[in-house]
Amino acid sequence: MAYLVTTRTTASRYAAIAGVALIVVAYALPAFAGRAVIQDMFFILTMLMLAQLWNLIAGYGGMVSVGQQAFVGIGAYAMFAGVILWGWDPIPAILLGGVAAMILSVPMAFFAFRLQGAYFAIGTWVIAEVTRLLISQWKTLGGGTGTSLPREATANIIGVGRIADGLGVRDAAARDILAYWLALTLAIVTIGAIYALLRSRTGLALAAVRDNDNAARSVGVDARRVKWLVFVITGFMTGLVGALIYVQTARISPDAAFSVTNWTAYVIFIVVIGGIGRLEGPIVGVLVFWGLQTAFADYGAWYLFALGILAITVMLFAPRGLWGLFTDKTGIALFPVQRRLTSTP
Amino acid sequence: MIWLDTVVQGILLGGLYALFAAGLSLVFGIMRLVNLGHGDLIVAAAFLILTVVNVLQLNPFLAALLAAPVMFGFGWALQKFVLNRVLGPDILPPLLVTFGLSVALQNGMLEVFSADSKRIPAGPLESASLALGPINVGTMPLLTLASAIAVIFVLNRIFYTTALGRAFRATSDDAVTASLMGINPKGVFAVATGLAMVVVTIAALYLGMRSNFDPSVGPARLIYAFEAVIIGGLGSLWGTLMGGVIIGVAQTVGAALNPEWQILAGHLAFLVVLIIRPRGLFPRAVD
Repeated sequence: MAYLVTTRTTASRYAAIAGVALIVVAYALPAFAGRAVIQDMFFILTMLMLAQLWNLIAGYGGMVSVGQQAFVGIGAYAMFAGVILWGWDPIPAILLGGVAAMILSVPMAFFAFRLQGAYFAIGTWVIAEVTRLLISQWKTLGGGTGTSLPREATANIIGVGRIADGLGVRDAAARDILAYWLALTLAIVTIGAIYALLRSRTGLALAAVRDNDNAARSVGVDARRVKWLVFVITGFMTGLVGALIYVQTARISPDAAFSVTNWTAYVIFIVVIGGIGRLEGPIVGVLVFWGLQTAFADYGAWYLFALGILAITVMLFAPRGLWGLFTDKTGIALFPVQRRLTSTP
Repeated sequence: MIWLDTVVQGILLGGLYALFAAGLSLVFGIMRLVNLGHGDLIVAAAFLILTVVNVLQLNPFLAALLAAPVMFGFGWALQKFVLNRVLGPDILPPLLVTFGLSVALQNGMLEVFSADSKRIPAGPLESASLALGPINVGTMPLLTLASAIAVIFVLNRIFYTTALGRAFRATSDDAVTASLMGINPKGVFAVATGLAMVVVTIAALYLGMRSNFDPSVGPARLIYAFEAVIIGGLGSLWGTLMGGVIIGVAQTVGAALNPEWQILAGHLAFLVVLIIRPRGLFPRAVD
């Protein structure tokens, strides 16, 4: 009798098959769905990515950042700089956004890692504020009032013409479709990369550091290195998402790009409501969030008020979120990372 | 002379930031809880005082006296029914709950009081000033700094000379052992948060009388308060006062160089201290 360490379950096998089918449908979506659906899907996918990335550092890494808007903002501004100052095409300029956010994540980690536990959260927030205030001084990119992507740049994005001809849609709709496909691809890469990371030795080390820093170090985990690695990767990916969001929006201002509500509060609520520390959590959370947003966004501030109360309630009565409730009852995990010992005859 | 004036104004401004920070420092010192809704609670208390002033036509100081027990009750209940349930070795739940509280408070106030900026009317005190040697200082800023010193003095007295303070310190050191000695840590936490809300009311009084406020200004107050606490060193209330003064002076000096740099200069001062003295200037607590 031999033993095997595995993370696979029957449910995860079915989930993988369903996932592949879903991805095929999602890629084909622009062929039969209208522009509004594509825009909604873009919103869902980008929020899902931000939520997955925050979940990675906070839920798996124990680093509760309230400064994710720094990465979104700097990513978006770097993309704008590439387009406006150096004449890049917006799509390759998205990579600039990722690189800029990754560079920012280094000083951010340097400062914030000096702060223990809860103070880490506000430390990241301070860095985000400093970044916002510095960017507001950048007059060529509109200073405090912001700017738009020039018409020539948005009109000639690579591939938009071909999409417009191929699907028989206007250029504006074709831009949305391109952004959607990019978001879909990036979302698959993000979730895939996070899943792969969590199943690797580094992922195990990360969870160990979160659960007990000293114990993890005592068995030879380099806690600092693991935290740095994950933080910088998250910065890079979040910067890419930020740049992508603003390719679609095509209009930027420091207050919007560095908004703590849009890029951190919403993201935290999505993860908390869905279930923190699980890959399925943000997926459930973003669907709930989108549903609530569609149904109640007209109520303005009351809607946000209710969202805050909902997050408190979930934290009090179901701290593992909706997916946590479900998986505690059924034991089903679509992205299992738990290592189990199975015997093979 | 202009520089002396700038620095003095900064020190006085620091008094306000120390008031923002004292409540945060108190709660953190006792239960290692960072309340992300702290800034919004200050703004909520300011609206409460303003409402009392408007409805009862009272002097703002008397209104604050009425608001303080209400805020104490709110803090006590918040701790007893919400925060105590999530306190534990994991820092995530209390952080997320107070973040939810922050967003809920901000938007609740936005609906109830609108986004218009308000001010607590303080009559002739608003423009009164005193000549201190070569420079003129406003009576209100002076009163703010004096109040900050008084608040921190009283809090320190409570901490080190009363039975309640002994319970605070014992619970802070080791909640389990303290409970063996007949202290109920959760009850102590509730009283501490209530006390912090009294300090928040005093901070709100000066915030509202000195400048305009609206429901969106809370997070920035939280950040200043947090910076003052970290600069001062965790667990040291006098350090918190010093931290507030450093942020205040950095801001007025920054503003004197370029009005756009005021806030930025405060943040940069904080980051510089974080590089030189990661544990703050006067650290007392181990974490």
